[in-house]
Amino acid sequence: MGPIPTEEEKPAGRQRVSKPGKEGGVGGICSTCNQAASCSYRLKNEGLVIWECDLYESYETPGVAKIAEKYEGKPGSVISILEEIQATYGYLPPDMLKELSEATDYSLVDVYGAATFYKSFSLKPRGKYLVSVCLGTACHVRGGPAVAKEFERRLGIRAGETTADKEFTLETVNCLGACALGPVVVVEGHYFPQVNPEKVERIIDRTREGLDKIEIEGDERIFPIEVSCPRCNHSLMDAGHLIDGYPSIRVTLSFGHTHGWLRMSSLYGSYNVESEYEIPKRTIVNFFCPYCHAELRAATACPECQAPMVPMIVHGGGIVLICSRRGCKGHMLDFDGANI
Amino acid sequence: MVKFTLNGLEVEVEEGTTILEAARFFGFPIPTLCYNEALSPYGACRLCVVEIGEGPKAKLVSSCTYRVEEGLKVRTASERVIKARKMVIELLLASCPQSKIIQDLASAHDVRRQRFKQEYEDCILCGLCVRMCEEQMMAKAIGFRERGERRSIGTPFDIKSEECRLCGGCIYICPACQLRCTYTEPEEAICGGCANISVPCVEKEQFDDMMCYMEPCVACEIIDSEK
Repeated sequence: MGPIPTEEEKPAGRQRVSKPGKEGGVGGICSTCNQAASCSYRLKNEGLVIWECDLYESYETPGVAKIAEKYEGKPGSVISILEEIQATYGYLPPDMLKELSEATDYSLVDVYGAATFYKSFSLKPRGKYLVSVCLGTACHVRGGPAVAKEFERRLGIRAGETTADKEFTLETVNCLGACALGPVVVVEGHYFPQVNPEKVERIIDRTREGLDKIEIEGDERIFPIEVSCPRCNHSLMDAGHLIDGYPSIRVTLSFGHTHGWLRMSSLYGSYNVESEYEIPKRTIVNFFCPYCHAELRAATACPECQAPMVPMIVHGGGIVLICSRRGCKGHMLDFDGANI
Repeated sequence: MVKFTLNGLEVEVEEGTTILEAARFFGFPIPTLCYNEALSPYGACRLCVVEIGEGPKAKLVSSCTYRVEEGLKVRTASERVIKARKMVIELLLASCPQSKIIQDLASAHDVRRQRFKQEYEDCILCGLCVRMCEEQMMAKAIGFRERGERRSIGTPFDIKSEECRLCGGCIYICPACQLRCTYTEPEEAICGGCANISVPCVEKEQFDDMMCYMEPCVACEIIDSEK
């Protein structure tokens, strides 16, 4: 008889620490690392929620009370508040609906009614990528159901569910208003026209690779620009490092305690960047000129997220302003005062 | 005061009166289901439709929610109105045949067939209980949830509500679950018992316990006359 096998030692993985109760919990998409729901959150006074993130420093997001404060006294604001909660947490946590009804004049019945009425609200945690397969009339007759079925098979989930790795959420919608493109699939705002079951695998792969790698050829709205620092007028172009096949724009960036280089695509309309350090989503980053070390910061706020804009002089006249928030696509092109 | 024409009759009512209130005041019957004097009008059942306007511009509106206007021409029992009303009853029968209130409406309005897929829903989404809970009981424990096919009434998250005091107001006012037709599961959508004299209550021994809301109840009149 051989030795009795001892209990196999499991690799000491990081244990998920659950902090249940009113103080917070585990779940949702961490708004710091924007990844799986292993990060925990706890509620703090002053209406803030603190995220204990695995990858980054702990982070604060506004809690329900803070969000509701903005809309105080405005009638019909329940949908706006719900939208903001969903944008911050990826879904509508049931506790927060209850909190919302306590913080505002709306009863829980009204809040719950609105949250379940609109399809864009989700009471269950959603994945990183939302895949919407159109099953409207035009897409339906052109084979939308087969596409939906192929997605279900490939992802191993049914419509309305989220994959176990919290990567994909699959949903079917009744019309996306893009019937000419049917059958159409939308992944996180990216439209895939004339989809058939054979194309499904490619869409999933491309989503995993990163949807921001856009195809440049054949799109007239995308063109390269050359920029320089507004302070020292030194060109910021880096011909030695290509992004999207064109010389990149190099700046120095800093956020938190991190400083490093950032290279941006010089194509106007492309949002591809390469960075020395990964920048957490929604972080506001400080940009510096790598030559004169002046901070690139305009007095204008981003029209979309109110973060400060970063100015750069365009060769040939004009100023381009880009939003300093990671993930925000707010930008402006200013030719002698005329906004484009 | 607002002057308008009600079934060809020149009448005058106070501003803000609904067509239903005015019609009832002047003695024109309009059937209702989701209307209750103690609750705000909701216009869910469409049973109270009336025709307003003239010629090709004439249209059907729910009289419980439509306020009278100067010079409005209202017909409460035109052919079009009767047809629409019968259709509404037929559809109600298709979803909830066990409701005594709906069966009585069918009998009273001579609805003799039900051509739709038969269902046995427990709720017709008339919203009476929701309004009762909010307006009379000041609780707001139940409400509408979801939409379309999945629309339902209940508490948030389907758990016991903290607002609910178990007053029973919702059950009291419900037309679908409050009064079951004496035929608990009618084999055919239309019971018609009350209208066809072969009243179920006559065949049963103790019909005194049963509630019949036919006015006048045919069976009771026959029995009374035999006495």
